[in-house]
Amino acid sequence: MFFKLACKSLLNRKGSVILALMAMTVSVFVLLAVEHIRYQAKESFSNTVSGVDLIVGARTGSLNLLLYSVFRIGTPTNNIAWESFEDIASNPQVKWAIPISLGDSHKGYRVMGTTKDYFEYFSYGKQHKLSFDKGRAFDHVFDVVLGSDVAKKLGYSLGDKLVLAHGIASTSFSLHDDRPFTVVGILKPTGTPVDRTLHVSLEGIEAIHIDWQHGVKILGSTITTEQIEKLELKPKSITAFMLGLKSRITTFRVQREINNYAKEPMLAILPGATLSELWQMMSILENTLFLVAILVFIAAVLGLSAMLLSSIRDRSREIQLLRIIGAPPSFLFLLIEMEAVLITLTSFGLGAGLLTTCLYGARDILSHFNLHVSTNIFSESTLYFVISIVVASIVAAAIPSLNAYVKAKNIES
Amino acid sequence: MTISLSNVCFAYPDAPDKPVLNIPSWNVASQEQVFVHGPSGGGKSTLLNLLSGILAPTSGEVSILGKRLDKMSQRQCDRFRAKRIGYVFQQFNLIPYLNAVENVQLPTHFCQHGKASARQEIEGLLAKLNVSPDNWHKQANKLSIGQQQRVAIARALINKPELLIADEPTSSLDQDNRNNFMSLLMSLVAENNITLVFVSHDMSLSQYFKRIDALSDISCLNGDS
Repeated sequence: MFFKLACKSLLNRKGSVILALMAMTVSVFVLLAVEHIRYQAKESFSNTVSGVDLIVGARTGSLNLLLYSVFRIGTPTNNIAWESFEDIASNPQVKWAIPISLGDSHKGYRVMGTTKDYFEYFSYGKQHKLSFDKGRAFDHVFDVVLGSDVAKKLGYSLGDKLVLAHGIASTSFSLHDDRPFTVVGILKPTGTPVDRTLHVSLEGIEAIHIDWQHGVKILGSTITTEQIEKLELKPKSITAFMLGLKSRITTFRVQREINNYAKEPMLAILPGATLSELWQMMSILENTLFLVAILVFIAAVLGLSAMLLSSIRDRSREIQLLRIIGAPPSFLFLLIEMEAVLITLTSFGLGAGLLTTCLYGARDILSHFNLHVSTNIFSESTLYFVISIVVASIVAAAIPSLNAYVKAKNIES
Repeated sequence: MTISLSNVCFAYPDAPDKPVLNIPSWNVASQEQVFVHGPSGGGKSTLLNLLSGILAPTSGEVSILGKRLDKMSQRQCDRFRAKRIGYVFQQFNLIPYLNAVENVQLPTHFCQHGKASARQEIEGLLAKLNVSPDNWHKQANKLSIGQQQRVAIARALINKPELLIADEPTSSLDQDNRNNFMSLLMSLVAENNITLVFVSHDMSLSQYFKRIDALSDISCLNGDS
């Protein structure tokens, strides 16, 4: 009966209740969205690379190295000599070493030159290895393995031919159109930048640049594809490389050795540490967003409280009647609180529904930023979230509720 | 004795020197029906609020159905009122957004011993009060005034009170409705052995009562106001 009274009373005041409900829904939406996206972004970021002990590149900022080597964001500052790579890869502490060569693209997706070891040793998330959805790793110079997004968005399947472009802009005028690549493998989705990468062998990268100088094609070059296959395509330089060590304890020693490497200035970073450094930089933004979301929510709750308070002014006859029937003043207090909680819970439902719909609609846009945001917004923290907003609305609604209580206590006036 | 007041004095806290009521002694016997008349603003509503325990007297004894209301806590008064006193107002007797059946059901919620009254009982009572069944599930503010007042009696009687207090219940009704309402009310009161205190300024209603008291006789204020 109590519940019915609260519901029907709200339904009776549709106009103001719907407005308060909308304000609350928007604020819940903002709160949930900020909370969800920051959680998902963090997950997505920290899942990008795992099992790699060190990432090595030319000397630059550690964030910069992480961004271009792992996230394919930004541009490499400089290359490192192939000899340096070989030198460090032969260090007895090193279990495996994967070279990376960046700089070309295909329709806006970055191309990464590497070795077959990449598919064997690189892992993401909780130590997941890359696995093939279709096909296999590259064997020949002009073989290419696609990330799942690349294959899906561009509609490639095994055996298709594609042409790489020089540089990383999405519309490039300097195409390596004389040397088409054949799709030999498509990777399973990983939810990391791997999905958006085309993988070719280092030899392939060398081969397409064989008759190029300073970023432009030399006219009149006549080396045929058959001739290239026979050449020994040893790269002169690479962009970066990833190291796996035999024992994690030696990580810092190897890192120091690389950083002090005499023949070439190089930088070795621990991906985990740099990821958290990156995340700390983001946390100011993240916290600001969260603060704004909380302020929006407080505004909405105060609006709700004001709406209830003004409703009580119109309901003094109703309060009097309830008192005569035998309702204690505390009943009126609880009735108003109940109305606030009902509005809050309804707006949570609406806000959560709205967010799910929006995330569903915005999946493509988000994945463009390498943010893989799950459309499932419910987690164990959702319960705490609901409890917090209900408590907040109960506290705010205490003002009108107390008003009703006092009115009920002194109904003769 | 259903009602027994002695040396009751009431003044609002913000004007303690101006008593609104001063009743040396006033008694109503069980199953008696009393018509109390007096001018508007003469303290009629205050008297009824004292009888129902909404207001506590400034001094004196208020004994209703053998219980001393002036000794009870507010919570006890609320429970006592819910269980044993029915109340009909001049207007706004029903929660406007509940339907007729829900309005009648509402007092059972505050009555401790009472489980929610069976639907049949509520509908039986409404039928007896000539509330037509197509009005039972209409929102209260969509009913005619006459129908609303009938539902109000049902609401007041659902907990089987021993005392019914009526505060000008007919003043918003037209002549026909008023006569129908009065005869219905009187027959129900007689049938259920209920004590009735009926307050009105309309002397023409006194024909339905054997005992007629003027408020000015009950309450003797020192002629300073």
